[in-house]
Amino acid sequence: MMKKSKRSFLKVAGIAAMGLGASSAINFASSDAQVSTHKKKAKNKEALSAHRWGMVIDTNKITHEIVENIVEACHKEHNVPDFNHEVDTKKYPKTRAVNHKQEIKWIWEEHFHYAFPDKEDEFLAERFHDLPFLVVCNHCKNAPCTKACPTQATFKREDGIVIMDYHRCIGCRFCMAACPFGARSFNFRDPRPFIEDTVPQFPTRTKGVVEKCNFCAERLALGKQPHCVEASHGAIVVGDLENPESEIRELLSEHYTIRRKQSLGTEPSVYYIM
Amino acid sequence: MNKSIIITGLLIFVLAVLSPFWFNFITTTEAAPEPELLGKAKDAEKCVLDKYDMRANHMSLLDEWRDSVVRDADRQYKAANGNMFNMSLSTGEKSCLGCHEDKTKFCDKCHTYTSVDPYCWECHTNPKDLAQGD
Repeated sequence: MMKKSKRSFLKVAGIAAMGLGASSAINFASSDAQVSTHKKKAKNKEALSAHRWGMVIDTNKITHEIVENIVEACHKEHNVPDFNHEVDTKKYPKTRAVNHKQEIKWIWEEHFHYAFPDKEDEFLAERFHDLPFLVVCNHCKNAPCTKACPTQATFKREDGIVIMDYHRCIGCRFCMAACPFGARSFNFRDPRPFIEDTVPQFPTRTKGVVEKCNFCAERLALGKQPHCVEASHGAIVVGDLENPESEIRELLSEHYTIRRKQSLGTEPSVYYIM
Repeated sequence: MNKSIIITGLLIFVLAVLSPFWFNFITTTEAAPEPELLGKAKDAEKCVLDKYDMRANHMSLLDEWRDSVVRDADRQYKAANGNMFNMSLSTGEKSCLGCHEDKTKFCDKCHTYTSVDPYCWECHTNPKDLAQGD
């Protein structure tokens, strides 16, 4: 048997330690390379940005007609299916009968007592009974849907927008159970037969994913205002809630506003001027 | 007696094992289709990555693009040759289909041949199909 001296053992151990060190150095270098590829990506120059996007809806300026226009503009531009649309049976021959409970909506009209159940006073001012309230995803600061999602398909972007990655959605609907505002809809079926004119600028969804308002992230990236703002004749304003100089903060400081189900602590980013 | 049975048995076995080879000899096989470059893609000559890199890794690139657009809101991609691309499959001039205008002659050609069925198009739309549909 060969005898190893302490000295030769230490030599071998030293070389082995150097090898280990080298591998971590190589890893470090390759992670550096990843950082440099990241710099290849950039935001659009014209993109609108904010620390936390928010929305103010002036209920004094909203009429049924405006609501209709807003809902139509939003749903059309985002290829939201309308189950009242008559299906082209030549193109989609195997379409099942419609179940209207499975409706899909991003923004819609609601009565005061459904939109604000915790604010229903015994003697509520008369006009609130008929006033149309536009409701939409609140892009909450403490969004419960993002915590419920097991795949991080729905998450909060750095600018406060609660958005969905439809690629990752597995259709478990935990987010729908978590959302106290019913702002989310599930695609129980292929939505395509129910889209009258598919808009090429935005993808459709597929069967088995949840969808909701995305604060028109695709428009903000082009430096444009959301569709609802454009169709609202000034009734809706979006802006940076964390910038005290912003138009939206000015509106909030000048008017009395309420938010939906504030007591739940989700901190909605949609305010209603009363 | 046994010898001849064993040899014929072995022959049959060898033939059966080599069946993919001789089957390919007696039948004509089609060459793998080349994706067709048309219009703008033909003029550009260079895609986001090198040709071979693109061939091998376009799916990982798309995956990376998706994360970047949805999660970080970064939509511009600076290619190796300095060109800027819009990280989008089918929207706008600087997207994939903006340049490779014919999906059936580009994407589908290889995907069909290799029996790959990516589900991109269950949500993403081909502008050409939409224009024909209406």
